[in-house]
Amino acid sequence: MDTVMLSRMQFASTTIFHFFFVPVTIGLSFIIAIMETMYVRSGNEEYKRMAKFWGKLFLVNFAIGVVTGILQEFQFGMNWSDYSRFVGDVFGAPLAVEALLAFFLESTFIGIWIFGWEKVSKKIHLLSIWFVAIGTTLSAFWILAANSFMQHPVGFTINNGRAEMNDFLALITNGQVLVEFPHTVLGAFATGAFLIIGISAIKLLRKQDVSFFQKSFKIAAIVGIISSIGVAFAGHWQAQYLVKTQPMKMAASEGLWGKSGDPAPWTVIANIDPENKTSTHELKIPYALSFLSYSKFSGEVKGMIELQSEYEQKYGPGNYIPPVRTTFWSFRIMIVAGMAMIFITLWAVYLMRRKKFDQPNTRFLRICLSGLVLPPIANTAGWLMTEFGRQPWTVFGLMTTERSVSPNITPGQVLFSLITFNGIYAALFVVLIYLFVKVVKKGPYTVEEESHSTDPYNKKKG
Amino acid sequence: MISLNELWFVLIAVLFVGFFFLEGFDFGVGMQSQMLPKDERQRRVMINSIGPFWDANEVWLITGAGAMFAAFPEWYATLFSGFYVPFVFALFGLILRGVAFEYRGKAQTAGWRTTWDLSILIGSFLPPFLLAIVFASFIKGLPIDGDMQMHAAFFGDIVNVYTVLAGLAVVLMCNIHGLLFTALRTFGELQERARRRARTLLLPTGVLLLAFVIMTYFQTDIFKVRGVLLWAIAALGLVAFLLAGYFSKQKRDGWAFAMTGAVLGLSVISVFVGLFPRVMVSSLGEAYNLTITNAASGQYSLKVMTIVALTMLPFVLGYQIWSYFIFHKRLSDKETLEY
Repeated sequence: MDTVMLSRMQFASTTIFHFFFVPVTIGLSFIIAIMETMYVRSGNEEYKRMAKFWGKLFLVNFAIGVVTGILQEFQFGMNWSDYSRFVGDVFGAPLAVEALLAFFLESTFIGIWIFGWEKVSKKIHLLSIWFVAIGTTLSAFWILAANSFMQHPVGFTINNGRAEMNDFLALITNGQVLVEFPHTVLGAFATGAFLIIGISAIKLLRKQDVSFFQKSFKIAAIVGIISSIGVAFAGHWQAQYLVKTQPMKMAASEGLWGKSGDPAPWTVIANIDPENKTSTHELKIPYALSFLSYSKFSGEVKGMIELQSEYEQKYGPGNYIPPVRTTFWSFRIMIVAGMAMIFITLWAVYLMRRKKFDQPNTRFLRICLSGLVLPPIANTAGWLMTEFGRQPWTVFGLMTTERSVSPNITPGQVLFSLITFNGIYAALFVVLIYLFVKVVKKGPYTVEEESHSTDPYNKKKG
Repeated sequence: MISLNELWFVLIAVLFVGFFFLEGFDFGVGMQSQMLPKDERQRRVMINSIGPFWDANEVWLITGAGAMFAAFPEWYATLFSGFYVPFVFALFGLILRGVAFEYRGKAQTAGWRTTWDLSILIGSFLPPFLLAIVFASFIKGLPIDGDMQMHAAFFGDIVNVYTVLAGLAVVLMCNIHGLLFTALRTFGELQERARRRARTLLLPTGVLLLAFVIMTYFQTDIFKVRGVLLWAIAALGLVAFLLAGYFSKQKRDGWAFAMTGAVLGLSVISVFVGLFPRVMVSSLGEAYNLTITNAASGQYSLKVMTIVALTMLPFVLGYQIWSYFIFHKRLSDKETLEY
């Protein structure tokens, strides 16, 4: 394999792995901040215990998010140096601002939060978890602003063969980031919520610490329903923006080779044949693609064959069709997972409203438990669609992936890093699961006492 | 008035001085926590002493790299792709270390602890060692061609006697710095042990540092380019080093700690002063040097970033100093130990 292919694998694995943890960090810090706010306002110790218990899981997750984030930043220079040279003027700024504005905030206040329970006042302690939550969200904004430039470059001019920023405001009010940010952050809130819902379901099924986990479940369910419905709306806006700015990605995510016809139907499933540029065995819902694209029940969507010839005229000869199958299926997987999340939270809120939640039925809790896997699936699929769908470009219309790679590194070096880092990822993943299980098994009451123990060999059960 | 390019060169230097001063001590504590303590309790106290800080300290490096990317993209691109393999190892260390701090206290078995302790050791040694090698090779010069691409051999161009000497000197310096931090944050037997070890390490470290300065005189052009100024910095470094020894003998840990931090800071400053106005020296000829002009972003970018940085910096510094103030007390016997 060549350097480009290996570097793409390196980028994909780092980004996907990193993005298992980022949404959990954003979502959990927000919900923990809510719990601690309830504690400070009511004085009820139960809420403090909630913040601490979910805080344990949060920290285990946060650690991996942080360390893989460093890799995320460094790999632009290491593997994609020609990309960095070309867009550093524009792309580097949000990254630097992210570090200055968000990382410092997050990392300083997480220290105060972990170690400050007995050292600062309740209010300062509460403020510190809110700063962590705000920091993680700000960080998401800046990184998405950078990513949005890759999807839809704005606020720059080409000068001396590279992109130079000429409008910072345009960069951070990029239409792309205005739709990408709410979609991603609401998805992150839902991710945090579903983690709490799923784990609470395990404990409720086992009838352990029932009141504690019912309370947690309820808070998470409310965050969950608002955010998972919100994600769907934000996703709808994003799709409309996509049709305007990256029609090829839209066409690929529909497996649409020719024109869609007017009104356009939405393809539910299809057997896609990229070699012959056709799709067979299609199952379609009439009008739906028109609605998805334009918020009305009419309107035609361009297909890949037509766009390919348009792009050839504009950008010269080449293949401008992204990996269609990946784009098509990841879009559908994302949608199905998202729908399932809405369904579960609706059900939960229905039970809560009908006051039936206090005798929860096993079937419902089992479904909640399986809901644990939904957010990571939806998040990953969403990114696969976004990033695969943009190929062959790194910066849409400006720079291809092939041209972005570092010319002075060898396939052997990239392979070495690929093996090293994926080895660590695998090991860390196992460790993370182990620790999650351990914390959950112990439950909220033992966890607290353990952290107060000063004797490291104290194995007495608390 | 200084130009924006100069300002960003200075800001990046400040970020790296901050990084080596701050993360320097927690690298040192990380390494020494595996060698100094006589029991598990002391080890936990040591690791906990840096608990609230190490993460934010590391952000100085991330911000430094981010600032390079934004202000001098060519520097960032040449540096990170050119030092590909060393950075893989440095990242490997940083990853291990970050999770190790968080995870070692989360389970009780001996094997679990040993694994994470080893990770802390590796993770605290590799990054300062490799970063020192990178900085030393900045001033020594690297094969950078007309397209600003660096084609360096791992052994020879990057790893050689001169750069390894820098690596070892910085690692030892971090160890002393960390030991003095331990002396500042603890009391009793652990504090005494830390002080004693800091003093024993001073002599060999001084010898290494001196050897490095002498080699720098012969191996690089920085003393020729910035003669007086560099001699002055070297002299200041010597004074700080001697004072560190003096203060640690007097058991004035705070002052001693400030002095070892000054030695680390001055080392970074001397690299940046020696480089200026270059950011990377090409061994293939002066024409190929990367400078604060040819490696920089456009003026508009620099201006925007300057506004953001100067607005935010006071807050960032403010709450970081405040967090040190919150945790300024020595760790007591009744402390909750996270790790």
